[in-house]
Amino acid sequence: MDYKKLGLKMGLEIHQQLNTEKKLFCPCKCELTDKKPDYKLLRYLRPTQSELGKIDRAAFEESRRKLKFIYESYDYETCLVESDDEPPHPLNMEALEIAMIIASILHMNIIDEFHTMRKQVIDGSNTGGFQRTGLVATDGYLETEYGIVKIENLCLEEDAARRISQKRGKVVFRLDRLGIPLLEVTTDPSIKHPEQVKEVAYQLGQVLRSTKVKRGLGTIRQDLNISIAEGARVEIKGVQDLDLMPKMVENEVKRQLNLIKIMKELQSREATVDNEIHNLNKIFKKTESKIISKALSNGGNVLAIKLGGFKGLIGKEVQPGRRFGTELAGYAKKMGVSGIFHIDELPAYGITDVDIERIADHLKLSEYDAFIIVADEDEKARNAIMEVQRRAKTSIKEVPEETRKALEDANSEYLRPLPTASRMYVETDIPTTVISKEQINDIKSNLPELPNEKKQRIIDQYKLSEDIASQLVRLDKVENFEDIMSTSKLDPTTVGSTLAYTLKELRRDGNDVSRLDNKMLKDTFALVEDGKIVKEAVSEVIVGLCNEEGSPEQIARSLNIIMLSEKEVEKIIDEILFENSKIVEERGMGAIGALMGKSMQKLQGKADGKLVNKLLRDKIQNIK
Amino acid sequence: MGYKGSSQKFLELSGISIGDIIKITKNNVSYQGILLDRAEDPDDKHIVLKLDSGYNIGIDVVGALAELVTKGDKPNLELPPLDMGKDVDKPDISIVSTGGTVASVVDYKTGAVHPAFTADDLIRANPELLVHANINGEAILNILSENMKPEYWAKTARSVADEINNGADGIVVAHGTDTMHYTSAALNFMLDTPVPVVVTGAQRSSDRPSSDAFMNLISSVVAAKSDIAEVTLCMHAEEDDSYCLLHRGTKVRKMHTTRRDTFRSINTLPIAKIEKGKLKLVDKNSNYKKRSNENVQLHDDLEEKVALIKSYPGIEADIIDYHIDKGYKGIVLEGTGLGHCPENLLPSLERAKDSDIPVVMTSQCLYGLVNMNVYSTGRKIVSAGVISVFDMIPETTYVKLVWALGQTENIEEVKKIMQTNIAGEIGEKSSEKYFLN
Repeated sequence: MDYKKLGLKMGLEIHQQLNTEKKLFCPCKCELTDKKPDYKLLRYLRPTQSELGKIDRAAFEESRRKLKFIYESYDYETCLVESDDEPPHPLNMEALEIAMIIASILHMNIIDEFHTMRKQVIDGSNTGGFQRTGLVATDGYLETEYGIVKIENLCLEEDAARRISQKRGKVVFRLDRLGIPLLEVTTDPSIKHPEQVKEVAYQLGQVLRSTKVKRGLGTIRQDLNISIAEGARVEIKGVQDLDLMPKMVENEVKRQLNLIKIMKELQSREATVDNEIHNLNKIFKKTESKIISKALSNGGNVLAIKLGGFKGLIGKEVQPGRRFGTELAGYAKKMGVSGIFHIDELPAYGITDVDIERIADHLKLSEYDAFIIVADEDEKARNAIMEVQRRAKTSIKEVPEETRKALEDANSEYLRPLPTASRMYVETDIPTTVISKEQINDIKSNLPELPNEKKQRIIDQYKLSEDIASQLVRLDKVENFEDIMSTSKLDPTTVGSTLAYTLKELRRDGNDVSRLDNKMLKDTFALVEDGKIVKEAVSEVIVGLCNEEGSPEQIARSLNIIMLSEKEVEKIIDEILFENSKIVEERGMGAIGALMGKSMQKLQGKADGKLVNKLLRDKIQNIK
Repeated sequence: MGYKGSSQKFLELSGISIGDIIKITKNNVSYQGILLDRAEDPDDKHIVLKLDSGYNIGIDVVGALAELVTKGDKPNLELPPLDMGKDVDKPDISIVSTGGTVASVVDYKTGAVHPAFTADDLIRANPELLVHANINGEAILNILSENMKPEYWAKTARSVADEINNGADGIVVAHGTDTMHYTSAALNFMLDTPVPVVVTGAQRSSDRPSSDAFMNLISSVVAAKSDIAEVTLCMHAEEDDSYCLLHRGTKVRKMHTTRRDTFRSINTLPIAKIEKGKLKLVDKNSNYKKRSNENVQLHDDLEEKVALIKSYPGIEADIIDYHIDKGYKGIVLEGTGLGHCPENLLPSLERAKDSDIPVVMTSQCLYGLVNMNVYSTGRKIVSAGVISVFDMIPETTYVKLVWALGQTENIEEVKKIMQTNIAGEIGEKSSEKYFLN
């Protein structure tokens, strides 16, 4: 695809949890827990009224049909701040400092005074009904292989509560994650190539990881903003795998191009979306469709709409394996139904040709017209079909702006409309924080080593190969490496390649390398240094450490690979010479070859060949 | 305006005022946004800008250059009046506001929060109120509850009486939570009411979506429609948004600085619970005054010169002497345990008696009855003329003495009033159920 011609534009938003001692606004630890909660709190949220001119009937309805939120909390793991039963404590200065370090690495301008804001979020993920957030820095940049990318904003905010489950208007959240400091780094939408977006994400990840941030699944979250010239801005949330990013961009571009194609076709057909919602209960009185008969027997309704000129287009693929119909269904599902039926996929699912004919009759369909059916409880079905109607109307005019959720196969599904202007106001419970020039200068003169600088330094200092060094940096093992080297005289390449390659291979073979700590590795290398094991036996010992209890030496012993001392070797050689005194007498120095073989067999590799050779030579010489 | 010193000068020189859209350039960076007011306490070096993204930042004016982009309009939050009409089938409930924010309007353009007091404001924020009643709103005071004082109790009592005389079927009094239980006790003594008077507030301000104000207010309106014609206090029962409890206004206390369920009945059970708009008695045998058609009676004379003094190890007699010398008309002692204070206070307590200043003993234990007959010190305190008031909590005792001294100057009558149950403040009988619930 010619992305330049398509006018592809992308922006990245990265959320990274910080590894501070405490949460952003309370003294709780920044740890998740799987313990059984001690309490379950029931809460409701309602939007605070804004500048409403009259009673907002929609808000009134909403508040009568409100969602129940259950918050799982703990005696010690969480406190009253997370449960919104205590005002926030003062801002965590450790978190602000980390934010300033990252801002400095990204060449950003740090603001003079930090103000904490409340950003209204009433989906329950924040107990207060708002997320606390503040702007730390603006206008920075990042250098990538594809050129400079502008970093627009860096915000320090609190992470949301963890969503545990949802059913029937009841959403369960756990408070452990709420309040963990989170950095939000936003680039401007100037990224032009799918590979570049991956590069930017990778580089930003590296910058973040040069400071005190959390590691592991779920601690960093990437959102991708994508648009093409004729399409619309779409935000794809929760892209986990960087390698998937280019594919994800490609699929989104395809989706938008296909939607544009469908739109043009609809326009040329002068397509229309009928406003009337039809009840088809009569037609499906005796249906074979399980979904429909179940909805009807539960007192629900079968509702249908007519889409003039849509026939054949609803079944068109927009992303690999996902059709235009899937797009429409995404909107319906948000209203709680399990899906829709559309004409292009029928007959199927127990809906027969006869049914289709009767529907066509009822809706007065012409050759190019399509229909969509939803069957469920009345209110749900009605809301769902209205959403489909709304989406279908948009499809004639434009590609809609949306927030979508990243799927594992590099596709995405509809989540909600793009958020409108943020509803933000100041958090009055937290005083503002002045950031002094001295503080900024102090931070700037003590910036952590960036990944590339680190790589170059260890290459120079330890004479490592480029490949080992970059693996160590990428795997975040430089600290471990340098720790081992601080006490070991072994050659850096042996230690480096063990950390860079061996561990990875061992893990791939199913060994639990997470059991290893640096002390174990240090002790293992010390065995080589002390001549107790051979270098080649290191991985054998590490495998043992992954799977058994005991120190490296104990494991080496149980593996029977401990080298013999010179004295022990001498003793064995004396025995061999004694047993073979005849050969020595006969051949003199010529016996070394034969005796070497016998010795090595008896020593089972637990002695250095050079030593054995030397001992034999000295001793035979002495006998003579 | 919160600007002073160098920031104020900077704004004046740049010809910029609050609400203007301005562009500030400093070093190599510029920010554009709306100039906001600054809180009064912080320093005088920074100005506050609300950026287009919604974020506020503070900018040090040193080395900054400001340009006016657009002159701002004065924010106008005057909303057109609501014409709700009146539903003749529904009761008329008046909401009397003394301060605190039971409802607020957030102006997201500037981030300003405006407390809402009028009936229209309340209904805009809580349209559900109309399901229950015709709502009339009256803002009589706008003070933080820590700034409450006896004269404001009297003013509130008079407003409540006016509303009742004007035909209200029930009254809700919106109040800050800090001293809410003092006010609910005071209203109990000052008002003999034929309809419910329910005091309520919020632990989480109403400008946040999680505020407890909505449920407290709705539940209070439900209680104000009931037949419980006393002054009660209605607040969250649990940390959950599950139900509210209706406490007797003289036997309730704020027990936690921040929790929603901070108010607890002390030495008694709550009268009722209100769940999903329905009121249910907690104890079917509980005695409460029933709604009637009688006229409201107001006894709003108060004596403000009353002190509440806590006894503690090492307290010295001059604290008592000071109050006598300063012309205080009554003293409540929050004694230790059963109602004790150290013996070194005895001469001063005798002095108070000789000066016709009643000294009333309560217990800082809060739970249980005062009994000064068990230990010798107690008996000495009784001989010094100190009045014992059973299980009455210290705050209510203080309020009652303020009121009693407003009713009579006769010390014997004051003693009689203090020891007689008038509004459920004194219970003779204790129960296993009354502790820490």
